[in-house]
Amino acid sequence: MSGKPYRLAQGGRLIDRSKKVSFTFDGQSMTGFAGDTVASAVLANGQRVFGRSFKYHRPRGVVGLGSEEMNALVGIGEGPRHEPNLRAPQVELHDGLIAQSQNRWPSLNFDIGALNSKLSRFIPGGFYYKTFMWPQAFWKHVYEPMIRRAAGLGKAPAGSDPDTYEHMHAHCDVLVIGAGIAGLAAAEAAQAAGARVIICDETPRFGGVADLSAGTIDGAPQLDWVHTRAKLLAEAGNVHVMTRTTAVGHWHHNHLMLFERVSDHDPEGLARGTPRHRLWKVRAKHVILATGALERPIAFANNDRPGIMLATAARGLVERHGVAPGMKGVVFTNNDDAYLTALSLKRAGVAVAGIIDVRQGTDSAAARDARNAGIEIIPGHAIAGVESGYGGLSLSGVKIAPWRKGQGRVVNESRLACDFIAMSGGFNPVVNLWCHNGGKLTFDSGLQSYRPGKHHDRIQAVGAANGTMDLAAALAEGYAAGEAAVKDGEPKAGRSKAESAPQRPLEPIWFSPATGKYNEGNKHFIDFQNDVTAADLELAQREGYESVEHTKRYTTFGMATDQGKTSNLNGLGVLAEATGKTIPEIGITTFRPPYTPFSFGSIAGSLTKNLFLPVRRTPIFRWHKAQNAVFEPVGQWRRAYTYPRAGEDKHQSINREILAVRNKVGLLDASTLGKIEIKGPDAAEFLDRVYTNMFSTLKVGRCRYGLMMNELGFLIDDGVTVRLGDDHFLMHTTSGGADRIAAWLEEWLQTEWTQYKVFVTPVTEQWAQFAIAGPKAREVLSKLGPDFDISAEGFAHMAMKQGKLGSHPVRIYRISFSGELSYEVATPANLGRGLWDAILSAGAEFGIEAYGTEALHVLRAEKGYIVIGDETDGTVTPGDVGLDGLVSKKKADFIGKRSLEQSFLRSAGRKQLVGLLTEDPKDVLPDGAYAVRAVKDKPPMEMIGQVTSTYYSPTLDHSIAMALIENGRSRMGETLSFPLDDKVVKAKITDPVFYDKEGSRQNV
Amino acid sequence: MKSRYSIFSLARNAMNYHKDWERAWRSPAPKSEYDAVIVGAGGHGLATAYYLAKNHKLANIAVVEKGWLGGGNTGRNTTIIRSNYLQDPSIAIYELARSLYEDLSRDLNFNVMFSPRGVMMLCQTEHEFRAFKRTAHANRLAGLDCRMISAEEVKKIAPIINDDPNCRYPILGAYYQPRGGTGRHDAVAWGYARGADSLGVDIIQNCEVLSIRRDGGKVAGIETSKGFIKTKKIGVVTAGHVSTIVQTAGLRLPIESLCLQALVSEPIKPVLDCVVMANTVHGYLSQSDKGELVVGGGTDPYNNYSQRGSFPALEHTVTALVETFPIISRLRMLRMWGGIVDMTGDRSPIIGKTDVEGLYVNCGWGTGGFKSIPGSGFVFADTIANDRPHPIAEPFGLNRFIEGRLIDESVAAAVAH
Repeated sequence: MSGKPYRLAQGGRLIDRSKKVSFTFDGQSMTGFAGDTVASAVLANGQRVFGRSFKYHRPRGVVGLGSEEMNALVGIGEGPRHEPNLRAPQVELHDGLIAQSQNRWPSLNFDIGALNSKLSRFIPGGFYYKTFMWPQAFWKHVYEPMIRRAAGLGKAPAGSDPDTYEHMHAHCDVLVIGAGIAGLAAAEAAQAAGARVIICDETPRFGGVADLSAGTIDGAPQLDWVHTRAKLLAEAGNVHVMTRTTAVGHWHHNHLMLFERVSDHDPEGLARGTPRHRLWKVRAKHVILATGALERPIAFANNDRPGIMLATAARGLVERHGVAPGMKGVVFTNNDDAYLTALSLKRAGVAVAGIIDVRQGTDSAAARDARNAGIEIIPGHAIAGVESGYGGLSLSGVKIAPWRKGQGRVVNESRLACDFIAMSGGFNPVVNLWCHNGGKLTFDSGLQSYRPGKHHDRIQAVGAANGTMDLAAALAEGYAAGEAAVKDGEPKAGRSKAESAPQRPLEPIWFSPATGKYNEGNKHFIDFQNDVTAADLELAQREGYESVEHTKRYTTFGMATDQGKTSNLNGLGVLAEATGKTIPEIGITTFRPPYTPFSFGSIAGSLTKNLFLPVRRTPIFRWHKAQNAVFEPVGQWRRAYTYPRAGEDKHQSINREILAVRNKVGLLDASTLGKIEIKGPDAAEFLDRVYTNMFSTLKVGRCRYGLMMNELGFLIDDGVTVRLGDDHFLMHTTSGGADRIAAWLEEWLQTEWTQYKVFVTPVTEQWAQFAIAGPKAREVLSKLGPDFDISAEGFAHMAMKQGKLGSHPVRIYRISFSGELSYEVATPANLGRGLWDAILSAGAEFGIEAYGTEALHVLRAEKGYIVIGDETDGTVTPGDVGLDGLVSKKKADFIGKRSLEQSFLRSAGRKQLVGLLTEDPKDVLPDGAYAVRAVKDKPPMEMIGQVTSTYYSPTLDHSIAMALIENGRSRMGETLSFPLDDKVVKAKITDPVFYDKEGSRQNV
Repeated sequence: MKSRYSIFSLARNAMNYHKDWERAWRSPAPKSEYDAVIVGAGGHGLATAYYLAKNHKLANIAVVEKGWLGGGNTGRNTTIIRSNYLQDPSIAIYELARSLYEDLSRDLNFNVMFSPRGVMMLCQTEHEFRAFKRTAHANRLAGLDCRMISAEEVKKIAPIINDDPNCRYPILGAYYQPRGGTGRHDAVAWGYARGADSLGVDIIQNCEVLSIRRDGGKVAGIETSKGFIKTKKIGVVTAGHVSTIVQTAGLRLPIESLCLQALVSEPIKPVLDCVVMANTVHGYLSQSDKGELVVGGGTDPYNNYSQRGSFPALEHTVTALVETFPIISRLRMLRMWGGIVDMTGDRSPIIGKTDVEGLYVNCGWGTGGFKSIPGSGFVFADTIANDRPHPIAEPFGLNRFIEGRLIDESVAAAVAH
C-alpha cells in the first residue's frame, strides 16, 4: 500500500516540511515532518492499519482527531520506557520515535487472533457467561488463560520506570479548561478583570478547532484572533498558561487534577532530567468548562474498516498535516459541519465521490458552497455497507440506500467507489468533567445529545461544551462566563464579535442497518475498541439486561479505553430505537474520572523509591551503622535490632546483650519512643479521660504508667506519662503508635471534647532518649557528673529530674522496662550523639554494652511486661492481660469504660495472659502458635488460645513464652498442646513473670 | 426452569442470529402479598432469595430493588475471594462462601468466572510477618488450605513485584491462599438473579422501599414506590442503607457508611496472575481477564453516602502500588469509582433477627462483602426460613454489640479487602 501519494504536495498548517523526522512503526523505518502526529505520519507513509480490535481482532485504523480515538492505539518506546495504548492522533512525532501496533500476533497484517472474527457469530455480547462452565477445573486451567492471552491491549513496560514525575499545587480564581474560542474569551475576560487565571488545553496549542471551522471573528479568520489572545494571555502577569495539559477530574469543592505531559514529546528534555509528567492539584474558585464537543460516528455495516474516520479527523489530516486520508472519499453526514470536510478535501485536491446526507433537500449555505465547489450531494441517503478486501484491510466502495426520516433505510442499493469515508453523526458536548462531581445533564433535542444542566459547584460550561455550536454565541458565552466569574463582574475586555453562516438542524441517525432485523452477518459497530455492535445492544435488551448499566456491563459498551467518548450516545440512540423509548428514558451511565487515562507515575509524583516513605533515623543511627547493627523497621523508623560482633551470630549477640543488662549495664537507643506534650488548663482531666487510670493525682516530677483503650474497651497503647508542671504533661507512647495516638488525641479534642483547653504536640524527634539499665546503672550515672541527687532515696523509682550530666542538659526518668535499675535519659536531639558517646565512655569501666530491640523484648518478656501489638491484637482488655488494677473505679468516665461493662468482656472463659514453659527447655514455640483443647489426627481442632510472645531466655536458660489462653489464670500448672506442622509442642502454664517476681532488682 | 446455557445452546442460537434467547429474568409487577420479601437486589439479597427458593422451597418470594439489580457494592468491588481470616466465626462463613463459589457456575448454570488464581498477602515488616504466622497457625488448625511462602516464591508467583532488597519495605514472604482468587462480580448478581427467577422469585427493579409497616411487634409489610406489599417476613440486605430502612421500623443499627474507592488501569497483556494484597503500604492489585489492573485501597476517613471518593485516598493507594509494582508507573488509570461500605465497630457483618418479629437484617459487610455472597445468602435464607439464626450466622447476631462479643478482624486485615 505504501508509495501512494498520501502526503499532499501542499498544505498542512502544523508541519514543517524543512524538518524531516525519522521514526519506526512495527520496525519499519518511516519519515514524517516536524509537527506530525504518529497518526498523520504513519498514514502519510501509506500505512492505514494501526492495530487490531479487542475481541474480534479486526484490523483498525485512525478514526478520531484527538482524545476520542479508540482504534489507532499504539505502544511507544522500548523496554522500561515503553508505554502502551497511546492514541496515535495525540502522539507528537519526534526523531527516533519507536511505535508498535498492538493486539496482533504474529503481525499486523496476519493475525492469528483474527480467527475470532470468523467465529464472531458464535460469540455475541456476553457469550462467556453462557459457556466455559464444564468441566469446572477447565475455567482456571484452559478457558481463562486462553481468554486472558487474547484480551488485553498493549504490553506493559519491562522493568522499573527510569523517568521522574512531580506534583504541583495551585490556587486560582478562575480555571479555564479548554483553549478554544469560548475558553480563550473566558480567560481574556477574567484576566482583564484582574483575576488569577489558569487556562489549560489538552493539545500542544491553543485554538481548539478554530482552524477547522467556518466563520470569522472581527472580520478576520478565527486563527488571527486566537493568535492575539494566546499572546495576550501568555504575557499577562495574572495568567498561567498550560498546553499538553488535560483536566482529568473534578472533585469536591472545585478540586481538580490537571495532567501535564511535560516531556513525552521532548526526549532531549527528558534526558536532561525534566520530569515526564506533572500532576497539578488545583483548587479553583470558579471553573469554566470550555472542553468543546466530540463528533459521533454512525453505525453502518462494517463501519470499522480502516479508512473510515470522523469527518473532523479527515479535515484535520488535510488542513493540519497535509495528509490525504485516501485517494477518493465520500462524506456521510446528518449535519452541515461535515460539508466543511468535503470542501477541505476538494481544495486539497483529494477526490470526493459525494456527500451522502441523510437529510432530504439541499437548501442550505453549506450545500450551496459544496455545489459551487463541484461536489455532488446525495440527499436523503445513508450508507448501507462497505466493500472491502484483504480481510478488511482495504476499502473499495460504499453501498448507499435511500433514507427516510422516521422510517429508516429503503432497500434500493447503489454503489459509489471510494477508499475512505468521512462520517459525522453530529456532536456531543464534552460533559465528563461536569458530571464527575455530581453535575446534572439535560437532553438537547437540537443536538440530539446531553449538555450541562444544574451543578452545585461554582462551575460553568461555555461554547460547544455547553451545546452552543454557533461561533458568535460561543464567543459571547465565553466572555460572559469570564466576566461573571470575577467578583465585580464589570466587563473590562473589549468584546470581539464573530460571524458565521446559520446551520441547518441535524437529523438523528443512530443505526443504518445493512439488511434484516437482526443484522445477520454484518457488524454495525457502536463501541469499536470493545467490538460491541448494535446487535449486541439489542441482544442485551432481549435478554432482560434492560437498565443501561446492565447493557453496558453485559456487552462492555463504553468500557474501552475511550470510556465511551464516541460510543455512549450512539448506544443510547440504538437502545432507544430498539425499545421505542426516548433517549432520556433509557438513562445514562455515570461519567467517572479520569477524562482520559493518565499515568500512575504522575499520581505517585516524586514519592517513589527513596522518597516513597523516607526512613526515619535517630540521632544515633550512624553509630549503630558503624557497629554493623542489624536493623528492623519499627513504624517508619529503622531501629538497631542487635549488634553482632565478629564471629557472633544474631542469637549469640542478643544473648550477650541481655546478660550485659542483667549482670552489668546496658545502653539502649530509645529515641523512637513516641513523645507527645500535652499542655493546657484541662490537660490533667483530658488524660484522665484517655487513660484507664488516674493522672490528675500525679504529682509534678513524677511518672506513671498508663493504659489506653479504644471505645470498645480494648487496649490500643501504653506508656509512661510524666507530669512536668500543673498543666503540662509528657506522654510516652509505643514507637509504632506515636502518630496514630497523636491523631487519636486530636480527634477526641476536635470532634468530641471541644470544651477542653488542651494542646497536643508530638515531640518524638525533638529528643534523643536512652535507657541506661542494669545493676551498674547508677554508677555510670554518677560517673557522668549529675548536678542532682541520684541516690536511691533522692531519686526514687518513677521519679523525674531535670538537670545536667556533666555538660549535657537532660531530663531523666527513673523507669524500667527491663526489670533492672534503669534510667531513661532524654536530651535535645542535636545533642544526642554527644551524650551517647559520653555514656559509653563513662560506662566503659563497668562493661557497658549497647543492646538492641530484640534484647529489649526478651528482657521485658522475662519480666512479663506486655507489648501493645504483641500481647494485644485489638480484642484484649486490661483485665485479660492482668492489669485490671490499672482501670480506675473512681473516675466518672474514660474512653472504653462503658464497653468494659458489657457481659462478654466480664464473662468467664475469656483468654487471659499467662506464661508458658516448654517441656523441652530448648524448644522455642513459634510466634502465634495455637493451643488446642484436644489434639486430633487432622483438623479441625478446637483452639483455646495462642502464643503472643516467644523467646529463648538466656537469663533463665530456658525457652519462655507469653500466651493468651482461655481461663488461663485458673489453669496454672496445666500442660497445653500446640500442634505444629510436624510435631506437637507441650508447654506448662505459669505466671507470666518469669524473673524477679518481687521487683527487687529495680528498687535498689 | 429456563433453557440451559451451554456451548450447544450458543451454537444453536448462533444459527438463528441469537434472536431466540430467553430473558435472563422477568420484569414482573409486584403481587399484593408474598411469603417473604428481600429488600435489595445485590449479590447478598439475590443469593438469599435463590437459597430460600432452592433450599427451603419457598416459591412466593420477591426481591425489591430501588435501582438496577447488582448496582451497589456487588458491581463496584475488586472481586477478591478468600477465606483466610483469623477468627473462627469469620473463617466459617467466608470458607462456606468460598467453597460455594467453587461450584457456583455449575449450580447456577451461569459462568461467574470464579478463578482460584491464589491470593497473596505480603509480609513487609517483621510485625506483619508474625501476625500472619499466627493466622497461618489458626487457619491450619481450622483446616484451611493456606500457607506461608518465602520471598522467592512470592517473586515466582508475581514476577512484577519489587524485589529490590533496598526498597522501603522489602518482601519478607507472604501468606498465601492458593484456592482464593477472583470472580466476575456482575455475573454473580446476574447468575443468582436468573437462578432465583427461574425458581419463581419475583425480582422487582426500580421499586424503592419507603418504609416498613409494623403491626405491633411484628412486620406487616412494606410501603414501596410501587405500592404496599404485604408480607410476614422481610430480609433487609441493602448494605449502608439497611440502617435507614430499619429506622422506619423503629430500629437503630451500629453501622457507619464510608466511601471506598477502586480503580482500573487500561487493559494490558497478562502480567499478574494472582491477587496481591500489600497491607503495610496499603493497597492491593490483581489483573482482570480483560487485562485491566484492578486496584483497591482504604476508605475515606469520613462518613458519607456519596459514591465519589476523595483524590488523596486514591493517591495514597496508587503511590503504594507504584512502589510495590514499579512497572505500573508508565501504565495509566482508566477509571476510578466509589462504593459505600457499611462498617460495624468490629468490621464484621450483622446477620440475623431483630427485635421486630419477621424483620431480619444482613449488613455490615464493609469492605469484604463480595467474597461472602454465597455463604451470606445461604445462612441468611436458612435464618429467615426457620426464624432462628443458622449456626454459622449465630455469632454475627446483633446481640454481640450489647454483650461485647465482637469478632474483630482488624488484626488480620489492616487494609480494606
